[in-house]
Amino acid sequence: MQFFLEVLIGGLLSGVMYSLVALGFVLIFKASGVFNFAQGAMVLFAALTFVSLEERGLPRWGALLASLAIMLGLALVIERVVLRPLVNQPAISLLMATIGLTFCLEGLAQGVWGSVVKGLDLGIPDVPFDVKGVLVSQFDLFAAAIAGFLVAVLALFFQYTRVGRALRAVADDHQAALSLGIPLQTVWAVVWAAAGAVALVAGLLWGSRLGVQFALSVITLKALPVLILGGFTSIAGAIVGGLLVGASEKLAEVYLGPVLGGGIENWFPYVLALLFLLVRPEGLFGEKHIDRV
Amino acid sequence: MPASATPPQAEGPLLSLNSIEVVYDHVILVLRGVSLDVPRGGIVALLGANGAGKTTTLKAVSNLLRSERGAVTKGTIHLDGQRVDALTPTEVVRRGVIQVMEGRHCFAHLSVEENLLTGAYTGRRSRAELRADLERVYGYFPRLKEKRRTLAGYTSGGEQQMTAVGRALMTRPRLILLDEPSMGLAPQLAEEILDIMRRLNQQQGVSFLLAEQNVAAALRFAHHGYILENGRVVMEGQAAQLANNEDVKEFYLGLGKSGRRSFRDAKHYRRRKRWLA
Repeated sequence: MQFFLEVLIGGLLSGVMYSLVALGFVLIFKASGVFNFAQGAMVLFAALTFVSLEERGLPRWGALLASLAIMLGLALVIERVVLRPLVNQPAISLLMATIGLTFCLEGLAQGVWGSVVKGLDLGIPDVPFDVKGVLVSQFDLFAAAIAGFLVAVLALFFQYTRVGRALRAVADDHQAALSLGIPLQTVWAVVWAAAGAVALVAGLLWGSRLGVQFALSVITLKALPVLILGGFTSIAGAIVGGLLVGASEKLAEVYLGPVLGGGIENWFPYVLALLFLLVRPEGLFGEKHIDRV
Repeated sequence: MPASATPPQAEGPLLSLNSIEVVYDHVILVLRGVSLDVPRGGIVALLGANGAGKTTTLKAVSNLLRSERGAVTKGTIHLDGQRVDALTPTEVVRRGVIQVMEGRHCFAHLSVEENLLTGAYTGRRSRAELRADLERVYGYFPRLKEKRRTLAGYTSGGEQQMTAVGRALMTRPRLILLDEPSMGLAPQLAEEILDIMRRLNQQQGVSFLLAEQNVAAALRFAHHGYILENGRVVMEGQAAQLANNEDVKEFYLGLGKSGRRSFRDAKHYRRRKRWLA
């Protein structure tokens, strides 16, 4: 039992890390109906920027603020260069544009900062401690706290502020939002900036786990099952989806692994997502597609 | 709201279009020189068949054209004597002109009240002012108050149309560009909505530019009418005059010299007369 709990808690906490990546997707999807393929590249870009700035002698907080500023600047550039010319184009064009953006960002990050794997130490000890006989990683708890904080802030922002409401309105109907004088440019810039900030946080946490390297941009793929389980449009869904994916893949590895052979962790979330698509395609918390007939 | 509804300087028409030409995608010529005036406090109907250019005219004013790759290539649009054809949609809304789009376009995943609140985006208002604006809209549309917590996507067509108009009212407009408000609604409901518009016009001094295919209803509602054909104004006049005009009766109201035609005859009906050479 104790072993089960340990695996479960370890899984849940690592799921939070997936949630952080998924959160960036949800933000952009909510406000523009676009699946932002480049979110993973943004994570890589943010982490690499932070590490490289720190390497060049900036103090930690300086590097953090500078990377944040760079991510915000990046959001403005993306809005101007990629999104604005594509207003009112089909969603598929925007998706393709974000795929293109992925390669640009990956290239840019490595061109500017180099492609060597870099270590990142946030100064948070990754040592397990004992809670009533169950070992829990301190680092994971830290990550979970940060994720929880981000989610609370974003959820409040979307639900209760003027700009948050405008973001949801734009997601529902560009044209109608435009007709009410909601400036799409501003809304998109805000959303990409928020996604950039989330990418920075995710990049720092993942980077300190895996090292800052190219593979960071591939965690995009792990976010997919999270989104399918939780729903593309729900911030809470991203968190719950992440927890589900994290817990189920660890449990499957431990308990099904010996039967099916190891390495289950890598594909189990996708199978779960597939099954989920059959039963509840909008995800646990996603918005149902409403059609008047 | 009543404050902004009173015109700052009461001279000349509120809105004036001067032979505007609109081209989509650089090649598709849709309006070929449309001129019209909306007087302060006036209700002007823009009539015509499908594809005549009614919606395009409205979008030229609200400047939603640009996001559809359209552009005003000739002519001018004046609001209060100032040119507005180069403004962004946001600036046009700030100046008190709001378009209620054809097909309602409610935000399906926002509640009715949230839909209304999106209309207040452009003006910074205190919480109390917002509340007052909402109550004013609910005063005109009591049905919306009952449904305020319902997602707009789950409300009926009429309620969605009311939501769309209410949302527009939240911008505190002086001029509402109303595109096909009766589309897809039961005639009784369409009439009810037009009645509410008439009250808005009389009580708040809101002006209307209405595009409508239902010519009979539109001419009952409006003071003045323009008839568009192929992107040109082919006729204009007082609403009552237009409604009694023989050609209008025959082409748009289905009333020939021999009275109302039966549906069977309509099958063989050919248009004998054109206003355009």
